[in-house]
Amino acid sequence: MIEFINYYLIPALTLGSIYALGAVGISMIFGILRFAHFAHGDLMTVGAYGVLTAVWFVPVHPLLLIPVGAALAIAAALAVDRFFYRPLRQLATIYTVISSFGVALIFRSLAQLLWSSDNQVLVKGVTPPLVLFGTFRIAALHAEAIALTLVIAVALHLFLTRSKTGRSMRAVSDEPELAAVAGIDTEKVIRWTWVIAAALAAIAGVFAGMDTTVHPNLGWNLQLAMFAAAILGGIGKPMGAIAGGFIIGLAEELSTYNWVGDNPLISPSYKTAVGFLIMVALLIFRPQGLFRGRLL
Amino acid sequence: MEWTGLFFYLVSFLIASGIYAILCLALNIQWGMGGLFNAGIAGFFAVGAYASAIMTTAPSDKHLGGFGMPVPVGLVAAAVLAGLAGWAVAKICVRLKSDYLAMASIGIAEILRLVIVNAERVTNGSLGIAGIPRPFDGWVQGRAADLLFLGFVWVIVAAAYVVSQRLHDSPWGRTLRAIRDNEAAARAAGKDVERFRLQTFVIGCAIMGVAGGLTAHEFKFLSPAATEPLMVTFLVWVMLMAGGSGNNKGAIAGGLGIWAIWSMTEILTNQLLPPEWITRSSYIRILLIGLLLQFVLQKFRSGLIPEASPPIRFKGD
Repeated sequence: MIEFINYYLIPALTLGSIYALGAVGISMIFGILRFAHFAHGDLMTVGAYGVLTAVWFVPVHPLLLIPVGAALAIAAALAVDRFFYRPLRQLATIYTVISSFGVALIFRSLAQLLWSSDNQVLVKGVTPPLVLFGTFRIAALHAEAIALTLVIAVALHLFLTRSKTGRSMRAVSDEPELAAVAGIDTEKVIRWTWVIAAALAAIAGVFAGMDTTVHPNLGWNLQLAMFAAAILGGIGKPMGAIAGGFIIGLAEELSTYNWVGDNPLISPSYKTAVGFLIMVALLIFRPQGLFRGRLL
Repeated sequence: MEWTGLFFYLVSFLIASGIYAILCLALNIQWGMGGLFNAGIAGFFAVGAYASAIMTTAPSDKHLGGFGMPVPVGLVAAAVLAGLAGWAVAKICVRLKSDYLAMASIGIAEILRLVIVNAERVTNGSLGIAGIPRPFDGWVQGRAADLLFLGFVWVIVAAAYVVSQRLHDSPWGRTLRAIRDNEAAARAAGKDVERFRLQTFVIGCAIMGVAGGLTAHEFKFLSPAATEPLMVTFLVWVMLMAGGSGNNKGAIAGGLGIWAIWSMTEILTNQLLPPEWITRSSYIRILLIGLLLQFVLQKFRSGLIPEASPPIRFKGD
């Protein structure tokens, strides 16, 4: 039981928080801009490299330098929206989807050019795990990631329900024409969507980079699971996406536990297929997700 | 000596671009005519490549088979298996809006690739399958064999073109474009939208499988690295968008044109860049292709050879 919590449950929740933070952005962009943003994983990569560079100059704990990575990701997202997505906004959204595939490659090849395609570490050396009650051993990063994700979830919920900007974002997501008629500045809402989505993507990227290493495919490899989480939570439901992220993270990690007999239920090499399979199954049986999101 | 080197560079260029032209024709059936967003080309390509490789190699204990069949049998198997995979995917997701189809197809393609890497008894995993024959092996030796294979590839390009063109001009193709442009109207006219889409997807995937098989025979060796989504899925999308989606000639032109840009920038970057940048030159090319796609999408949406409706012929003509 202790082994299960230490080696399966806690890493699963960590993976879940990474997925959750990425999925929130995907869900919001899908809800407000109405397209599947295939460059979102690579936005995470951009954020992770931003923090990596900051660590070279200011050798403090990487989590303290998240603002640098978030700023880089936000700048990248706003620039890409201005120059690549906005000119296509009047067309069928599928053109923006195609464009976002290209943007994903632009981000990735820039990362490879500027930072090389090697694996690079954010934190050197080994930090001993926190030991609680003498039995639970939790890596510091895992505790920080899970806690920070929960804090962000609460803050985001408050922002979307209490603040004026947050409420206009929900209005645009629910009924864009009505929102425009009511005098809501759609372009401002879109800008805020990118700011929040990119900042959260950068945080997820830093967690993922600290958990393993930073490399140009970091975000792309996580992206499909994040899409699965966003669909699971229901498109346009940010809190659903957070729940979806944790569910997909748990499903992927816990599918390798030896539930029956001594061997893992599913070979760890097929672990990532679990997320894809959940996504495909959802698309067939319940495309509106668990929490009754919109079906575009 | 210079000239023969150049000539055989051209031969290998035309073999590769012929295979890309087949992929573009296949994607043109799915996207250009049917409006179906297939983001998992690499998956169907991989199924076809492995099917043909396993069917045609000599028996080996490293992977399933091989069954030592002739190359055409291998390519038929590639088409059938890739078509079946496409049927399963289409059965699941043609009802969905294109964004969801993109997610589902890319997800299924990744699962297929994951299975290929891990099912070592069938595919020999990341070590790959060696000793894949080419058609007419043993008739000619050395570089003449490249020429013969070039002819073989372009015969298949021509066949794929004729098939696509017939599909495009037929009532079936008209129905398809009607569904693409106005699904509700086509449905109101009594067309079975789901069935047309299913057929479109399966035909396209089968042709993608043939292209995969040809790639295996071209290199005589196949490993999961050959099914990289960047080189298979993404480049094919750029080719079709630049060439002109909806037009079969445009699809072939896009395959040739973008592959020419891709190969020529390789020569350029290798000669112009300082040596320490050479290793990174492929990233510059990917960056340029990504930017080219943005340009095409914004300023050049109908492509090199834009879509044209087939002429209407009456019985008396």
